[in-house]
Amino acid sequence: MIELAAVKKRFGRHVVLGGIDLEIPTGACLGIIGPAASGKSVLLKVMSGLLRPDTGTVKIDGADLTSRSEEGLAPVRARIGFLFQNYALFDFMTVGENVAFPLTRRGGVPADEITARVAARLRAVGLGGNEAKLPSELSGGMKKRVGIARATIALPEIVIYDEPTAGLDPVTTSKVYDLLRADQQSTGATVIAVSSDVDALCRFVDTVAFLYQGVIRYQGPAATLADAPDPVVRQFVRGELEGPLEG
Amino acid sequence: MLGFVERTVTQVGTTMVTIAREVGGIVVMTAQVLRALVPPSPASLDGRELVKNLHKMGNRSVPIVALTAFFAGALMLVQSAPFVEKLQAHALAGWASGYAVLREIGPILIALMFSGRVGANNTAELGTMTVTEQLDGLRALAIDPVRYLIVPRVVAMMVMLVALTVIGDLVSLVGAAVVGKALLGIEPATFYHSVVDNLKPGDFLHGVYKSIAFGGAIAITSCYFGVTVKGGAVGVGKAVNAAVVAAAVSVMLLDFFMTYWLG
Repeated sequence: MIELAAVKKRFGRHVVLGGIDLEIPTGACLGIIGPAASGKSVLLKVMSGLLRPDTGTVKIDGADLTSRSEEGLAPVRARIGFLFQNYALFDFMTVGENVAFPLTRRGGVPADEITARVAARLRAVGLGGNEAKLPSELSGGMKKRVGIARATIALPEIVIYDEPTAGLDPVTTSKVYDLLRADQQSTGATVIAVSSDVDALCRFVDTVAFLYQGVIRYQGPAATLADAPDPVVRQFVRGELEGPLEG
Repeated sequence: MLGFVERTVTQVGTTMVTIAREVGGIVVMTAQVLRALVPPSPASLDGRELVKNLHKMGNRSVPIVALTAFFAGALMLVQSAPFVEKLQAHALAGWASGYAVLREIGPILIALMFSGRVGANNTAELGTMTVTEQLDGLRALAIDPVRYLIVPRVVAMMVMLVALTVIGDLVSLVGAAVVGKALLGIEPATFYHSVVDNLKPGDFLHGVYKSIAFGGAIAITSCYFGVTVKGGAVGVGKAVNAAVVAAAVSVMLLDFFMTYWLG
């Protein structure tokens, strides 16, 4: 269970998160949507302990992340797989080394098994045989898929995807979401995904949270998102030009 | 008039706060590196990263350091040639060049060259990793970026600057000897004896101690400005600029105080 209570975060004078309360049960699949620069990526980083909130608490299975040191956060982070919006692939490593990194650093997995798992994971994201390439040789969409492979190879209990399908074509988007769904069903992991592709995301997740101006304006089933009582949410989901949403 | 005073005070205050913040950040990073290294343990630093950085920062710097050092040594003799001729002090030319090179010119010149080549590169590399979220990527994988990225670079820079300074010292003495023979007709044997008979091990060690301190200063400043980059490519450019300036100032300040204290 991930619990956020009264989480606030500001950068200078700009309030990014203005008091977030959120509970994500173990094994749930939550999508977070909202206009650009509404704080979705910041919220993901706060949830994973990469950013400290100014006030409020973030707990994962009862463990308060906000009171822990960087060293104390390491065991919690080891349970999380994180796909970054900008991939965050290590450019001094090959694709294979990037994907293998979570396993090699944690130890306990034989080298030949790591090689086999890396090959299998890369095949699953449609990049089989690209182990020896450097990230600089890949397109944006390919980097994103390598990021997905790296985030999921260690079968984490919590997986956080920041824009998992940005820059991918519709067919690859569907394939990626199929893969993420299959992973989630086989591991029972808690999944939190942020995406600008609301339709595709809503087909993947069970529940959706809509973040706007630092607060959550909707949290509920993905299926009923388009009929949300809040006109801001409805305008965003329907893509209407006229409405209360500030551009 | 009041507006001018207000603006000036504001600017001075802002500059002081910025300097205090940067100095504080550098002190904190130094403490983090020391905390990782003391007491030493297998987890203190990543061996593979250390070897990679030793090669990248040291081996590849040898040609440019040797070239610079050769001409620095040669220059020492060119500058002193008129006085050597005037005083007929050919037997002291090697000592004079060696004294200046080993204690001052060698460590400072090589440190500044090292800062421009390796320090700037290090800041740019870490800065790019910062803006592309690679440091967050490491933290997300429960890996401490200080132990994994910073500590190996600091150790590699300190070790390699000492090694390069020793190589540079030797090459500059060769440069001085070559010019001494060409300009003043000083035989290499005379030059050699002038060096070994008059210089003490302390003169050599004086330069080595300085290069250890310079290496630490260049390493910490270049890493600090790299990991605190804000913004994209423009931010990386500013960070490289700030790192090179800070390293040069640190080297000069350290040189002054170490010369004062070490004698």
